[in-house]
Order: sequence, then structure tokens, then C-alpha cells
Amino acid sequence: MNKPLPEDPMMRDLIKMARRHQMTRRTALAGASVTAAALALAACSPGGGAAKKKLTAAKDLSASDPNMIWSNWSLYIDVDKKGAHPTLDRFKAEQGITVEYREDYDDNDTYYAKVKDQLALGQDIGADLVCPTSWMAARWINLGYTQTFDDKVLVNKKNIQPAYLGVAYDPKREQSLPYQGILGGIAYNKKAYKAATGKVAPATLEDLWNPSLKGRVGVLSEMRDTVGLILMSQGIDITSDKSLTSDAFNNAIAFLQKQVDSGQIAKIKGNSYKEDLVNGDTIAAIAWSGDIVQLNTEAGSDVYGFVIPESGSTIAADCFVIPMGASHKTNAEKLINFYYDPANAAELANYVNYITPVVGAREIALKKYPQAANNELIFPTEKTLKNTQAFRSLTGQEELDFATAFQAVKLGG
Amino acid sequence: MAFAAFGHGGGGGAAAPATPTKKSKVALFLLLPGLIYLGLFFMTPLISLIITSLEVPDGSGVMGSYAYGFAIENYGKVVTEFWPQISHSFGYALIATVAALLISYPLAYFIGVKARRFPLIQGLMLTLVIAPFFISFLLRTFAWKQIFSNDSVAVQFLQQVGILGPHDYLVGTPFMVIFGLTYNFIPFMTLPLYSILERLDIRLLEAGSDLYATPATTFRKITLPLTAPGIISGTLLTFIPIAGDYVNASGDFLGGTKTAMIGNVVESRFLVLNDYPTASALSVLLMGVILLLVGFYAKRSGTEDLL
Repeated sequence: MNKPLPEDPMMRDLIKMARRHQMTRRTALAGASVTAAALALAACSPGGGAAKKKLTAAKDLSASDPNMIWSNWSLYIDVDKKGAHPTLDRFKAEQGITVEYREDYDDNDTYYAKVKDQLALGQDIGADLVCPTSWMAARWINLGYTQTFDDKVLVNKKNIQPAYLGVAYDPKREQSLPYQGILGGIAYNKKAYKAATGKVAPATLEDLWNPSLKGRVGVLSEMRDTVGLILMSQGIDITSDKSLTSDAFNNAIAFLQKQVDSGQIAKIKGNSYKEDLVNGDTIAAIAWSGDIVQLNTEAGSDVYGFVIPESGSTIAADCFVIPMGASHKTNAEKLINFYYDPANAAELANYVNYITPVVGAREIALKKYPQAANNELIFPTEKTLKNTQAFRSLTGQEELDFATAFQAVKLGG
Repeated sequence: MAFAAFGHGGGGGAAAPATPTKKSKVALFLLLPGLIYLGLFFMTPLISLIITSLEVPDGSGVMGSYAYGFAIENYGKVVTEFWPQISHSFGYALIATVAALLISYPLAYFIGVKARRFPLIQGLMLTLVIAPFFISFLLRTFAWKQIFSNDSVAVQFLQQVGILGPHDYLVGTPFMVIFGLTYNFIPFMTLPLYSILERLDIRLLEAGSDLYATPATTFRKITLPLTAPGIISGTLLTFIPIAGDYVNASGDFLGGTKTAMIGNVVESRFLVLNDYPTASALSVLLMGVILLLVGFYAKRSGTEDLL
């Protein structure tokens, strides 16, 4: 009965408490203190008085325990016909570390809502490695929820594309490293777009507001992409806090609201926007580059196109972070290091179709996967990358205000 | 109501050893598991919800950080800010409930009364009413979205005959949301109606026509009053969940940018903005209004129509 106690401090305390009370269960049952217990439990309601003390990292058990858990987005890793992940299998062969790969990161906000209380207390969230999108990673870093990388383990960190360095929330990439880059631009159904507008392809964001597309335009529920692209089309530099002021933001929101009210924009959706493109409800939409490559692969031909508007596209990245409560830090770092090896990065990019942040991957891909290597959406050229902007980091208050304004458009009235 | 029952049981064990007889102690002991369950899984979340609904921002500027407070004004704020969504919730619920009743009553009447002599048909039709439950309702709702998608035959037909304009579509409109709600909740209306109609004494209807009552009068004077309990339980079983539904009105299913109901606001506030007080206040409000409406309705129908 005396199994070793688990590492998670909360579970450990609970088990200790349970053991202590085994003898007195009868008394516990007899006590009619249900009301008191109810109130005590009620006092644990979320958000109430989160501790503001600085968190400390959990003890690293990597040396004795060759396991780790990685929470990632769905369809975000290579899969072979048997359902295995070849790169992960090779990582296990090379390093002897078993990765439990979970596709349970379905949405930045819902995942955060699920784990935020544990994060705030520095407890294990059930994952040693997570890949939130950069703005969410920024929130975790700013709140002190993530561990600092050990560069002695992460020797391949030098391979990072310089474009990803110098971000405000983590200028030297000490706590977050991009896993895959994502461009936000315009996706369109080639045939339907031509039939509706007479043009071959949209060129600017304004093309989405063409009256002949009324009711068939979608935008992402990801505020930074949708409002970001609108801001850029209005000549705002979204990387700078001088240019992207709250006035500029509200202006863009008002513009978005107008398009929604007029019925031009029919959908404001997250990942499920793909279904609308596939069933034809949406002809043109603000979308993520990698999805379009995948949709075309599924369709078997180039049904959909993806363009970067003349005013430029938004760029974001899903970033590796190690939460404070993770107890397999070194193992996680070895995994990041593995994917920062250009050969592995190229193999991954060839499958997931997003933009690899690893220098040297393209050269390898040119030899091994020429088709992917020449796809501008997977390996964008310098010129394309120059025309991208990352949404500047927001203060807590700005984040709340901007998100509230955007949600108000989404919910309508 | 629930509070009172709980207070009785919860406090009773500790505070009342002086007078009660042996019998009540045994009763109390037998009640204990139920009371503990109720305390843990009903009272705790409810109290937690009410406490959360009164919280205030803690001033740290971090999303989702709130401190205990007594901000009754949260309730006023949600009513003014989310009035459109609140009215959608109750408006759609009302229309969908009435529509479900109008569709279900003849259906239940046919199964319960007309098909009485043919048990096979009766059984078959009942199975058909329940059959949709064998498929996840998310999938069924999604199927409607596909059936009425913008390029669908149905929409093209409606555009051809001019009911819809060339740039008007069905998905995302209030009509579609109410359609989905009605469709999804019809079985909850049909089954209670059927269980009452099945027991309807046909001799009373015969007596009515013997006394020269027209079929309409017979229906109004005999069938309707006798089946009122079924109508009441059916409407309650549909109206309450519909008012709190968020799937049909969600943009991922049949809704659009102008059809959000209270559930959608709660989702957005809770999961996206981490604005727990607003979400909780809306939930408590929804619960309160439904309780009032249902209480009023049950009392009225219970005292007047049933007799």
C-alpha cells in the first residue's frame, strides 16, 4: 500500500491527507459538516485571489525517468500509414526517451482556461511541453509560468531563423522557441471566386469586400490575424505601439463591424473555417497558410489558393514552452533540440505544411522533398517573409479591451 | 427551495440531537447519501457560481484575475450589455417550443390514439421518434448545416423562386437557429404528450359527439384539458433546455454573427475572455428567469387549466 508518492505537489498532499484520514473515515462521515465543506469548496472558485508570488520550477526527474508528455495541436506532426510518428520514433531510438504525444491543445483560449489555475500555482498541468501560439506563449512568459531553457542541452537553438528573434516577450528566446510558423492571409476557392467576381485571384484585402462575394466571406476568430490584416490594409504597422494604438484598433473593429452588419462577412470562426471552405459556404476567407496546403492535399488537386495581400500578411508561431510544473525539463529540451536539427525540421515541414523556423531545413528539403521545398507557403522566400508583420505584444489591459471588442463583433447584437 | 431543503438536512445532524425520535434519525441517515451528493454536486457549484458572479477585477490587469467582492451591479451590466442575446434566448425558446408543440401534438395524437389498434405501427412510429437519439445531436445538427449550405439545392431553389435574395442564405439566420432548436427538441415534446394521449379514454370523445359536439368542440372541451399535463411537462422539457442551448446558435453550427444566445455569451466570456463574473452573472440570471417563468407557468396552468 505504500507506493511512492507522485511528483505533483497537489496530488502528493491529497494522497497524504487521504492516508491520514483512513482511520477516521467513520468520523468524517458522521460529521454533518457538509455545509461547511460546500462553502470551503465554493471558496476555491476560479480566479479568486490568485497567488502573486514568484513560482519555482518543479524538480527535474529527466535523469531517472526517460519519459515526457507533449501536448500539441491536432494534425501537427508527421504520421505514417500505421498511425505512428516517424520523427518521434527516431527521437526515441536516438535518445531513449519515450514521448507521450497528446493532441489535446485544441484552442489557445480553452486550453488556457483549462490549465490556468494550475499554472498560476506552479503545479503540473499534465504536460512537460506545450505549443501555444506566440501571443499565448507571451502571456505565460509574462506571468512567469514557464521555465528557462538550458542552452547546453539546446545546442541547435543556433539554427533559429533570425526573423523569430527579438520578440518583445522573449527577445533571446530563453523560454520559448517557435515550433512552426503560421502566415495569415486570404484563402479562396479558385473556381467559385472566378465565377463570382470574374477575377482570377484576390490581390488585396479590399477584394474581400467585393459586393459579389456578399455572405460568402469568412474571417478567423483569431483576433490578431483578422484585425491584424485589416489594420495592415489600413496602413497601420501592427508591430509598433506608436502605430497600433487603441484608436487605430477601434477603427479597425468598427470597419469589421460594418462588414458584418452589411452581411458581407458571414462567418467568424476558428479552426472550423475549413469546413465552410470545403462545403462551399465560404468562397474567400482570412485563413492560415498551412491549412490550405492540407486542404488541397485532401482534395487531390489545387482547388484552393492562398494569397498574401499586397499590404502584407500576419505572422505568428506556435512556440515550445516548458511549464513551471513540468518535471521532465531536460527530456523536453532534448526534444526541442531534436526538431531544431535541420534534417528533422525538413521532414516535419514536408508533412505538416507549416513554415519551419529552422535555418538549413530548406536546403535539405530541396534534395529530399523538392515539391514541398518549392512551395512558397511551406518555405517562403525572403521577399515574402519581409512582407509579414507580427502583432505587437499587448499589455494585460489592452489584451482584455481588444479581445472584448472583438468578441462583441463575434457575438453580434 | 433547494436551499431550504438542504439547510434542513445539512444542519440537522449536528444541531438536533435533543428532541427527534428514533424514526427521524433513521430517515435522516438514509437521506444522508443523497444530501451529501446534493451538497457536493449541486450546492457547491451553485454557491461558487453566485460568489463568482459578484467578483470584481483585482486591478492587476491580468486577464482572468478577480477578487472577491459584492458587485451586485454586475447583474445590471449584463442585462444592459447583453440584452439582444437575452432576448434571443427567450424569444427563440418561445417560438421553438410553440413550433415543437404544433408539430408534436398531431404526431403524438396519431401514435397514441389513431394507431392504438395497430401495435406494430405504433411501435414503429415511436421508434422513429426516438431513432435520432442513436446519433450524436452534434452530428445531426451539423448535417442540417450541410443540407442547407449556401450552394445546396434547397437554398438554390429558394433563391430561384425569390423567397431568398441572390445574396441571402439560410445558415446563420434566426430562422435556421429556431429550426435547429425545434428539430432537436421535438422528441422531448412528443414523448410526454404520447404518454398522456395513449391513456386518453376514447369513450369520452364518443360521448362528446353523441351529445352533438363538433369535433373541434370535443377537442377543445375534452381532449385538450385531459392532455394538459402532457402539454405542460412537454413545454417545460423543451423550453428550459432551449433557453440555455448554445450549440444551435453557435457560429460553428447553424448560427451566425447575429444569432448569439445567452449560452454563446457565457462561452465567450468564460473561455475566451476569462471574464468569470460576467459569465456567472449571466448564468445565474438565466437560471433565475427560467425559474420564475416556469414557476408562474406551472402555477397558472396547475390551478386553472387543469381543473
